[in-house]
Amino acid sequence: MTPATIDTIIFYLAAGLAVGSAFLMVWQRNPVASAMFLILSLVAQAALYIQLDAIFLAALLIIIYAGAIVTLFLFVIMLLNLRYEQFVEPSGGLSRIIKVALAATFAASIIAIVQRTLGGGEPFQVLSGAELSFSSVKEVATALYTRYVYPFELVGALLLVAIIGAVALAGKETQETASPK
Amino acid sequence: MPTTIGVEHFLIVSTLLFTLGVLGVLISRNIIIMFMSVELMLNAASLAFIAFSRLHADASGQVFVFLALAVAAAEAAVGLALIITLYRARGTIDSSAFSIMKW
Repeated sequence: MTPATIDTIIFYLAAGLAVGSAFLMVWQRNPVASAMFLILSLVAQAALYIQLDAIFLAALLIIIYAGAIVTLFLFVIMLLNLRYEQFVEPSGGLSRIIKVALAATFAASIIAIVQRTLGGGEPFQVLSGAELSFSSVKEVATALYTRYVYPFELVGALLLVAIIGAVALAGKETQETASPK
Repeated sequence: MPTTIGVEHFLIVSTLLFTLGVLGVLISRNIIIMFMSVELMLNAASLAFIAFSRLHADASGQVFVFLALAVAAAEAAVGLALIITLYRARGTIDSSAFSIMKW
């Protein structure tokens, strides 16, 4: 097998896994199972990132998304301590059919546009040497700290605001019970 | 099955993931699963950014994905705090129970 064939096989495996587990995530009743399928989908997406030479971001996706954000989801699910009867079913009947039809129309139109504008084009040209370094940690960091330094600072401020907001929202109740008026 | 993969294949995967995220928000009545679907939509957009970054051999697309990751983390923190507050107020995670702002 040529490297191109192996690449294609890996792409279809990862893409199928990402889309399939995303589908299963949506159709769950139990939020814990849903979170597990989200992790599976994220790992497959990281494989796609590696195929696109974005190795640094593939590692970040696993560490931050699968490692931190989904864990936060699981913590909250654990904290709420739901009984099985409280897991609500997805909406069914006519409204579900209409929603699926709308989503399918949306996907079909976007895919049609992609095929019209970019389809049948040449595949990615093989990069080598200095060209390939565009996705190295060094290149990404240089762009982040020079050209995009203001967005980077702003995102730091956003994280600070989010932390304060989360504590203010979730900590409110305990504060009131601790000091009743 | 084509033997070579190009940018359009990655964009189609990205579209499918985004659509599944939209479908999750529309169909699910569990607010936690709805919130996970929003995260899935963010990821789908990131995949499109990375595909174009590879196409143009430019690191800018990857910087945007990095920033989107930070925004997603902030969003998850605030969103989950909201879910906890909502659960305390109503004792359920059924989104149809939170209709006080609905006209």
